[in-house]
Amino acid sequence: MTDLHLKSIAQLSADLADGQYSSEELTRYFLERIGRLDASLNSVVTVAEEQALAAARVADQRIQAGNAGPLTGIPILHKDIFCTQGVKTACGSRMLDNFISPYDATVVTRLKDAGVVMLGKTNMDEFAMGSSNETSFYGPVKNPWDRERVPGGSSGGSAAAVAARLAVAATGTDTGGSIRQPAALCGITGLKPTYGRVSRYGMIAFASSLDQAGPMTRSAEDAAYLLAAMAGFDERDSTSVYRPVDDYVAQLDQDVRGMKIGVVREFFEEGLNSGMRAAMEAAMDKLRELGAELVDLSLPNSHHSVAAYYVVAPAECSSNLSRFDGVRFGHRCDNPVDLEDLYKRSRAEGFGSEVKRRIMIGAYALSAGYYDAYYLKAQQVRQVIADDFREAFGKVDVLLGPASPETAFRLGEKADDPVSMYLSDIYTIAVNLAGLPALSMPAPLVDGLPAGLQLIGNYFEEGRILNLAHRLQLASDWHLQMPEGY
Amino acid sequence: MQWETVIGLEIHTQLTTQSKIFSGASIAFGAEPNSQACLVDLGFPGVLPVLNEAVVKKAILFATAVEAEIARRSVFARKNYFYPDLPKGYQISQFELPIVGPGHVDIVLKDGESKRIGVTRAHLEEDAGKSLHEDFHGMTGIDLNRAGTPLLEIVSEPDMRSAREAVAYAKKIHQIVTYLGICDGNMQEGSFRMDANVSVRPAGEEKLGTRTELKNLNSFRFLEKAINFEVERQIDVLESGGEVIQETRLYDPQKDETRSMRSKEEANDYRYFPDPDLLPLIIDEDFIAATVKELPELPEARRRRFESQYGLSAYDADVLTATRAQADFYEEVVAEAGDAKLSANWVMVELFGALNKAGLDLASSPVSASRFGGLVKRIADNTISGKIGKTVFEAMWESGESADAIIEARGLKQITDSSAIESIVDEVLAENASQVDNYRAADPKKQPKMLGFFVGQVMKKSQGKANPKQVNELLREKLKG
Repeated sequence: MTDLHLKSIAQLSADLADGQYSSEELTRYFLERIGRLDASLNSVVTVAEEQALAAARVADQRIQAGNAGPLTGIPILHKDIFCTQGVKTACGSRMLDNFISPYDATVVTRLKDAGVVMLGKTNMDEFAMGSSNETSFYGPVKNPWDRERVPGGSSGGSAAAVAARLAVAATGTDTGGSIRQPAALCGITGLKPTYGRVSRYGMIAFASSLDQAGPMTRSAEDAAYLLAAMAGFDERDSTSVYRPVDDYVAQLDQDVRGMKIGVVREFFEEGLNSGMRAAMEAAMDKLRELGAELVDLSLPNSHHSVAAYYVVAPAECSSNLSRFDGVRFGHRCDNPVDLEDLYKRSRAEGFGSEVKRRIMIGAYALSAGYYDAYYLKAQQVRQVIADDFREAFGKVDVLLGPASPETAFRLGEKADDPVSMYLSDIYTIAVNLAGLPALSMPAPLVDGLPAGLQLIGNYFEEGRILNLAHRLQLASDWHLQMPEGY
Repeated sequence: MQWETVIGLEIHTQLTTQSKIFSGASIAFGAEPNSQACLVDLGFPGVLPVLNEAVVKKAILFATAVEAEIARRSVFARKNYFYPDLPKGYQISQFELPIVGPGHVDIVLKDGESKRIGVTRAHLEEDAGKSLHEDFHGMTGIDLNRAGTPLLEIVSEPDMRSAREAVAYAKKIHQIVTYLGICDGNMQEGSFRMDANVSVRPAGEEKLGTRTELKNLNSFRFLEKAINFEVERQIDVLESGGEVIQETRLYDPQKDETRSMRSKEEANDYRYFPDPDLLPLIIDEDFIAATVKELPELPEARRRRFESQYGLSAYDADVLTATRAQADFYEEVVAEAGDAKLSANWVMVELFGALNKAGLDLASSPVSASRFGGLVKRIADNTISGKIGKTVFEAMWESGESADAIIEARGLKQITDSSAIESIVDEVLAENASQVDNYRAADPKKQPKMLGFFVGQVMKKSQGKANPKQVNELLREKLKG
């Protein structure tokens, strides 16, 4: 019963089946770690101890009855953006500080059905808007590698919790890099699936055409197990794709010799930190050793990604967040004198400044007379970016680059400079605009801090990038490095 | 100065589906407030809309009926504005790419001429909930049962030139959607709502005048009155040197006037954009073909069939097919009664007359179609005379009983037994010997008129039950002498 936090899902699952310990014991083990270690990180906002233990006991019965799957009894955390029935779902916002969801998100239901035990909910940037986890109403999350630094965002709580081994794995969501960038900054593996691969039902919407849920884990192998349970068509989400789910776990061990990998030239230009460049080179050398063929490749329009993204995402969020009006749920101001006062004060009090900024930008971009110049133009740029990728995947199997231009920055360093904060996602955003799958995985540390290698796959080729990541992880130990004190 | 009126209509028709346009909640009218609103209708965090296939079919049926284009690709957009009965803070509608493109309908004017009115477009959208301002002591109650109810908004070209034309067009659209069965047409419950865009311009001028939009027109009568009021108001404004302001005006039926609701400056910028939660709606040819197969008989076709199949006059066929409910009612009567022409007369004269007098519509008729058919059948087969028929109908209207039961209970069965009639005739002739003599002595040309006296006496003696035709024949025979 020691070092359970170092075991993979496959090992834990085998131990549970073997009766070496129960899911309830495993769950208590992680609850104890959260209780002991999270005070310094602030990565978990809600611990659902009672529900977790009840779910663990149900899992133990399933295991005993012999109808357990690979995830049955495995304790994980959910990003607080997923609605969880009977459990507070605040989305990092004062607006939803009083919101107990009456239903489960499809992702939550699917993982529940697989027997996963939910330990609680993780901290996040408010409504997933941020790249440092500093916009959360519940305070910033600290990076376990250096608690003076940010964990990245918006899924910073999930990334920090998995990095500190407070749970076996966590869920995250990625609109412009919100799984991959924190995964990179915290030294874990995080995958954003193809848009439409995982249901968005019950995931509180930030930018509907970009949002996608995915796993945040310690290895590509663990990610394959989680994604297999999360993915699939959902009749409640019109944008989910009716298409069978690949057997990601079975694909993990495939040979990668001869796999063609395009090194994205634009991701290695100025702006990339020199230590980060060296880490990428080390990872690329390892891929060559594995027999992969690396070629130079250009995505000429990727420079426009951030600009296009900061029109499309705020535009959609300005509309998506209109439902938070103080009428039916969420924060409502005291003693409104009339309807306008109710709206103005409830929203002014309920939303933080980054959320307000994006609502303002979005409302402006959609307003009459500006729509064509901003929103429509951004959608056209989006198409051009997707075309770049399409062309690239005509030549190579996978694209490669850093997930973030630098390692974790200091808390407060960019908090007052939104544009520099927005540039943290410069290498991740194009992928969301095109709707492609991509993951970030640990490369060698840079000055003692994690660096993320990003692998981008063609549509619905999650299996291929997980396969490549897994082979790389079998041949290296970068993903096994851990922050001290956890 | 001579002024020309220009009118365009926007008609919101509520589609008759089981469930809402983007959720599985029921749309039945009159339920407890907020009992028919699921998490999707309430706009809860994280929920998503899924399009109800039935509404697409209904839009295709409408497009076919007005000979409009069916967009193979249409797009749902968000219309953003804040209001408490709009849960998401936006309404899902269709903006740039509606499902139904340009089409047209023909209306018949007073002089019998036909006029073609353009249908610009029709688009699918969700309804909002209701704000209830009464009964809450300074607060407003919100009922979200109606939120998410499917609507097809039908927009006309500004082709109408008078309130009468506008009413004729609105009635035509009402007739089409109810015939198609895509809308129940119930105006009291808000299933068919009209807004009118009205402007005036000097006769001969091509440029359109500034328009106002009239709201709250929930009957054809109000539509006509509101337009007439508004036209006069606009002419007054212009003739006294003023300018018409582009604005939305509310019709007040109590005062019979329109008054300003909000001006263009106060109007919302709706920040329309394609709803990213719903992919563009792509309709393939097979889906259209399968849907069009379900197209019910339309008013024109049914009118022509009534003429040929039932031998009705053009006028009768037109009246009986005015609404699907009337035409359905008539066909049920014929099915029961057998005699198509007699059925037409009885439905149009007696039934419609009685309904009109009582201020009832057909749906609330105390006598059902099959019962009414049962009455006509007894007239057709000579069980009762037409005159007795009216008495029986009155009794049916009051009691709700069948014609046969009333005829039986009151002994109203017509006497058709010729020997029974003959004995009554003989009695009458014996009692009125002098009139018989007069008749026989009279000019044969005057005799038919004099026959009426004897007929009346026989009918009186038989309490109206003697078959009038037989009575006439027998009397003529016997009076020959």
